[in-house]
Amino acid sequence: MSGLIDLPIHKLGVLLAKKEISARELVEAYLARIEEVDPLVRAYLTLTREKAMEQAADADARLSSGDGVGPLTGIPLGIKDVICTKSVRTTCASRILENFVPPYDATVMERLHAQGAVMLGKLNMDEFAMGSSTENSAWFPTRNPWDLSRIPGGSSGGSAASVAARTCVASLGSDTGGSIRQPASHCGVVGLKPTYGRVSRFGLVAFASSLDQIGPFTRDVTDCAILLKAIAGHDSRDSTSSPCQVPDFRAFLREGLAGLRVGLPREYFTGGLQPAVEAAVRRAVSHMESQGATVVEVGLPHSRYAVAAYYIVAPAEASSNLSRYDGVKYGYRAKDGKNLLEMYKKTRSEGFGPEVKRRIMLGTYALSAGYYDAYYKKASQVRTLIRQDFARAFDACDVIAGPVAPTTAFRIGEKSGDPLQMYLSDIFTIAANLAGLPALSVPCGFDEEGLPVGLHLMANHFEEGRLLHAAYNVELAVGTERPWPDLSGPHGG
Amino acid sequence: MTISRSEVERVANLARLAFGPDEIDSFTSQLNLILEYVRQLDELDTSGVDPTFHALELENVLRDDVVQMSLGQAEALANAPKAENDAFVVPKIII
Repeated sequence: MSGLIDLPIHKLGVLLAKKEISARELVEAYLARIEEVDPLVRAYLTLTREKAMEQAADADARLSSGDGVGPLTGIPLGIKDVICTKSVRTTCASRILENFVPPYDATVMERLHAQGAVMLGKLNMDEFAMGSSTENSAWFPTRNPWDLSRIPGGSSGGSAASVAARTCVASLGSDTGGSIRQPASHCGVVGLKPTYGRVSRFGLVAFASSLDQIGPFTRDVTDCAILLKAIAGHDSRDSTSSPCQVPDFRAFLREGLAGLRVGLPREYFTGGLQPAVEAAVRRAVSHMESQGATVVEVGLPHSRYAVAAYYIVAPAEASSNLSRYDGVKYGYRAKDGKNLLEMYKKTRSEGFGPEVKRRIMLGTYALSAGYYDAYYKKASQVRTLIRQDFARAFDACDVIAGPVAPTTAFRIGEKSGDPLQMYLSDIFTIAANLAGLPALSVPCGFDEEGLPVGLHLMANHFEEGRLLHAAYNVELAVGTERPWPDLSGPHGG
Repeated sequence: MTISRSEVERVANLARLAFGPDEIDSFTSQLNLILEYVRQLDELDTSGVDPTFHALELENVLRDDVVQMSLGQAEALANAPKAENDAFVVPKIII
C-alpha cells in the first residue's frame, strides 16, 4: 500500500484499528523505506529488524484480541541512541560505549512497549548529546533530508532526520540545551521538550542531570500530543520526576486562540536573525493573532546571558556524570594500562571524542578548587535571574513565541571547527532548559532555499497543553499537508 | 584571567584525561575563548541572589526502605571489559 509512510500516528491508528492495514505491513513498509533512503540520510546507528517484526506480530495479536491496545500499538518508532534499550546496543554515538548492551529498558521504553509500539532501531546523535549538528557522532554525520549537504541539527539529529525522511513515524530524542527543538526546526518536524520532571529520565544516559529531558519528534502536533502522553508521568526510579497529573493532551487541540496571550520578547528581534527566519516567525505570530490571540511585548533581559551560564552549568554536570566511564564496569577499556590510573586516562582519552573532552575539561575547571565561586556559583545565580525573567513574563502572557534558531540548517563542516559559533546556534533554546520550562518547535515556513523554519513556543511549567494548543493553530494556518523532502531522485555526493 | 598551559595539564589530570603537547595547545586556546565568552556573566551584580541548582523546587524524595529486586550479578557483570570470579578485574592499584 503506497502512501503508508506519509501518514501520522493518529491516521495509522484508525487504519490499524479497522484492520485495513496490519502492523506487519506497516513495519515492512518502513523497513523497505529505510533500506531505500537511509543510506542517503544516515539517521540509524542500529537497525532492529527482527525485534521489530516480533513486536509487529505482538501488536497484530493485540489488535485482533483488543487487549492491551493504545494509540501507539503497532506504530514504528525510532529511538535516540542515548536511551537505554534492553539487549539492544546503546552507544550514545561514542566509542567508549561501542559495545554497551543495556541490561534494562529506560522507563520511556517500558511505557512504549506496554502499548505495543514497535522499535525500528537506534538513531544517530552528537556524542553524549553534546553538539548542535550531529557531526560530533563518533560514527558518521547524519544529513538533512531537505538538503543532504546540510546538517540536520543536533544533538538529536537522527531523531529529527528520520521523521522528516519518513524512515519512522515518530521518534524520541533528548534536549539539554535545544537538542530536540533545534533539529526539529531544521528538519521541519514537530519537536517538544517537556517540563523538567514531566518525563522520567531513568535509563536516559546522563549528560547534565538538572537540564536533560526526553521528548517526542513527530509529523504533526496531534502526534506530539499522543506521544507525549504515552511517555509522561511520575516514576519512582527518577526522584526528579514530577507527581503532577498528566492530562489528555489531545483535549487541548481545538481551533481558535481567543483569550491566549502571546508574548514576544523584545530581545529576540534585535538583529542577527536570518531575514527569512524572522519573516516566517512573524507570519506565524500574525496567524495566532488572526485566530484570536493577543500579542504582547515582554522582556527577558537576562536571556542574552543564557548561553554563557549554560556553558558552565552543563559542562560542570557533564564532567561529574561522565566520570563513570572508567573502563571498569562497562564500555571500552584501553589495552595497555600498566596501573589503574594509567588505564583510566588511556581509556577516557581513546574513548571520548574532542567535544566531549572539551566539555569535561571546561566543567572540571569550573568546579575545581578556587574557581567554583567565580564560575559555577555565578552561573547558577544567573540561572536564578533567567528563571525570574520568565516568571515575570508569564504574568503578562501565556506562551512566549520566537525563533528556534537564528538561521536555517547550515552546511556540514561550516561550524565544526569553531566550538563557540556552534554553541551560539542554541541561543534561543537554552534558557528554557535553565528554567525547566516546556518548549516546542512547530514548522512555520521555509526560507528561499526551501529549508524549513520552526516557531519556538515556551510556556510555564507543566503547561504543555497550552503549547500544543497554540502550535496546533499555527499548524492549521500553515497547513497540515506540508510537503515532505523528496529523497527519491538522484542525489549528488 | 586566562587559563595557562600548565593549568590545562593540571585539569586534564583531575579529569583523568591524557593529552599530547598539540592537544594541550589547542585545548588551552579553545578553553580561553570559551571562558572569555563566559566572563560576560561578570557584568551582572549577583550579590544576594540565591543560586538555582535545579529548575523546580525539590525537597528530599524519600521512600520506604524495602528490599527490592535489582540487577543480578551476571547481568551487572555482562558489560564489564574484564570480569573473573564474579568480580570486576582492574589493573594493579598499588604501584
